[in-house]
Amino acid sequence: MEQKIFTISVYTENNVGLLNRISAIFLKRHINIESFSTSQSEIKDVFRFVIVVKMTAEKVVKIVKQIEKQVDVIRAFYHTDEETIFQENALYKVKSSALFEERQIQNIIKESHSNIVTVSPEFFVIEKTGFRNETEQLRKDLEPYGLLQFVRSGRISVTKAKMGISEILNTFKNNNK
Amino acid sequence: METNTNEKLKKAASEALNISGAEAVIRCLLAEGANLVYGYPGGAIMPIYDELYKFQDELHHVLTRHEQGATHAAQGFARTSGKVGVALATSGPGATNLVTGIADAQIDSTPMVCITGQVASHLLGSDAFQETDIIGISTPVTKWNYQITKASEIPEIMAKAFYIARSGRPGPVLIDITKDAQFEKFDFAYQKCDGIRSYQPYPTLVMDAVDEAATLIAQAKKPLIVWGQGVILGKAEEEFKTFVEKSGIPAVWTILGLSALPTDHPSNRGMVGMHGNYAPNLLTNECDLLIAVGMRFDDRVTGDLTTYAKQAKIIHLELDPAEVNKNVLADVVLLADCKISLKALNDRVEEKTYPQWLQRFDELDAIEHEKVIHSDLNPSKTGLTMGEAIAMINKHSNGDAVIVTDVGQHQMVACRYAKFNQSKSNVTSGGLGTMGFALPAAIGAKMGAMDREVVAVIGDGGYQMTIQELGTIFQQHLAVKIVVLNNDFLGMVRQWQQLFFDKRYASTEMVNPDFVTIAKGFQIEAKRVKERKDLDLAVQEMMTSKKPYFLEVCVEKEDNVFPMIATGASVSDIRLE
Ligand SMILES: Cc1ncc(C[n+]2csc(CCOP(=O)(O)OP(=O)(O)O)c2C)c(N)n1
Ligand SMILES: [Mg+2]
Repeated sequence: MEQKIFTISVYTENNVGLLNRISAIFLKRHINIESFSTSQSEIKDVFRFVIVVKMTAEKVVKIVKQIEKQVDVIRAFYHTDEETIFQENALYKVKSSALFEERQIQNIIKESHSNIVTVSPEFFVIEKTGFRNETEQLRKDLEPYGLLQFVRSGRISVTKAKMGISEILNTFKNNNK
Repeated sequence: METNTNEKLKKAASEALNISGAEAVIRCLLAEGANLVYGYPGGAIMPIYDELYKFQDELHHVLTRHEQGATHAAQGFARTSGKVGVALATSGPGATNLVTGIADAQIDSTPMVCITGQVASHLLGSDAFQETDIIGISTPVTKWNYQITKASEIPEIMAKAFYIARSGRPGPVLIDITKDAQFEKFDFAYQKCDGIRSYQPYPTLVMDAVDEAATLIAQAKKPLIVWGQGVILGKAEEEFKTFVEKSGIPAVWTILGLSALPTDHPSNRGMVGMHGNYAPNLLTNECDLLIAVGMRFDDRVTGDLTTYAKQAKIIHLELDPAEVNKNVLADVVLLADCKISLKALNDRVEEKTYPQWLQRFDELDAIEHEKVIHSDLNPSKTGLTMGEAIAMINKHSNGDAVIVTDVGQHQMVACRYAKFNQSKSNVTSGGLGTMGFALPAAIGAKMGAMDREVVAVIGDGGYQMTIQELGTIFQQHLAVKIVVLNNDFLGMVRQWQQLFFDKRYASTEMVNPDFVTIAKGFQIEAKRVKERKDLDLAVQEMMTSKKPYFLEVCVEKEDNVFPMIATGASVSDIRLE
């Protein structure tokens, strides 16, 4: 079966060991995680993991069930790229001399719709949010001018469809009244 | 007596001002009805042991001889009593010694709460003496785990631990408590846990699925029920029996499902899987409907999945959503506790019989009998067989004993031939196949069913993995009956070497000690049987003894267990020799 990129979204309680518990599910199955990010979600005290993996549709269903089985996981979903809005964020650190000496850099920044975050006498930092090919293109474009540092975040994503986590939590509250 | 216990429980559950975290742990255990724990002390858990000393009238602590033994004993207790087993250990090596038992409990869905001491919270991460990251280590093999660093967390976390361990698909929970949290004083109040918002252990049964299942059952000409431990864990033995009797469908079991339906029940047609019976395996690939009840299509059951029951429609009665369509795609899924789904199904199935289909079982049973069973139970050779030893236990137990088995040939033979009249009578390590399980598990099994005979059937190899637990049996005066089926080999591995590695017996022959002398060293009555003529009396003496008893049965060294499905082969390729 064909391997595809899937974005797995996991809504969880805030628990110290949970990151380990979720990554162990992938480790046990010898699955490489493409990217992993975690943050507060839209609901108070509920966290959201966004995990990007490349695997078959058949496998991702099973993995999501294993994740959802964990006690501190409220719900887990998986989506294809078409079903989500997603972005990555990248930072590029370049020596300041390049900014003043190379006219071309100004054009690159403008055309890539990236922003200058900070400028100091020694270096300046550019930020770019977008798809992988966009942040990657910018990295290639800046490389000839001496890229001092480059870093890209994991994917963050929201789904086109409704998640309904509040409803799930409310159902629980009502059942346990 | 009864009111006395209730009073004590009430006392334990009541609020208490300014008590230590360690005392709170004991009160939580009592409030959960856990008045029996297995464990081993050490530095990081000493405050809790100090409280055990004070509470010794209310809470019985069994000192095992190794922490692994504590986990297996807790498992054995859980399996015969249906309650949550509890194991205690200190930090570092004490905690890591629990891991095998925890992994075993996880894969066999055994409710267990393990409590480990941990170094003081200010020392965490400093590589302190006996510090080990037991939360990290145990994460992949626990249903849930949690590290407590403040005494005030203890009541809520302990309540959650018990709730999680026993609810839904049961499993092991580990609670790691730093030493300072054990010493810390706080105002204690206990409240049982009855729900966790992120955890829904009992999915609601979809009635449409029940109707679909009933339709499939009504249409089937050659239906087959395969049941697993879910029937026992769901306390659904009665509902299951009704289902089997009303539907008239032949039923076969996985190793962990064994004893949920009496051996003598006319619809009980034997075991599936690698060393299961001939008919159940072959007819898996002949049936037109396979009804899986509380089983998870383990690879030892299915063999090659691409040739497993492909001709059949599949109905899966399952509680754990992650098991649905994991190995075998089901046509209809009844996602619920099988006590509920079976009841719903019982209302909809019609009384039926399948004389022709059952005849297929009889035909194949006759073949297995002629090729395997007859010579296992009535051997013409001089040496004793494992089969006749089990048959002799049946004769003297009348099928009323709990049989605890270790892992290997003796396990397969015991499960094939042991007779059971009641549920929760077969205690074995199924999913993990943990050698060394049986002796400590028998301790717990006995304490979980004090009114019953408990017979541990163990290989000479596995016996030596946890032989030190004889000390626990001795100290506790537990009337556990121990049968070692001694073939002077790691028999199961030797069988594979014979069949698949051209008889290259690499490190499977064992030079064994004098097991009888060892047992006697623990003041356990002991006997060795080498000849057929002595077997009956020896087993009788063992079974009628009111004390612990050790019986070594010297069996043929190079016997094989058949039938057998080679790893990865189809259930249709089951071999009889
Ligand atoms: C802890 C552990 N180590 C290794 C194995 C692999 N293994 C499975 S059966 C077996 C042989 C068991 O020998 P024995 O206890 O004498 O039982 P027998 O098969 O001879 O009845 C071994 C080594 C195992 N299951 N568990
Ligand atoms: Mg052996």
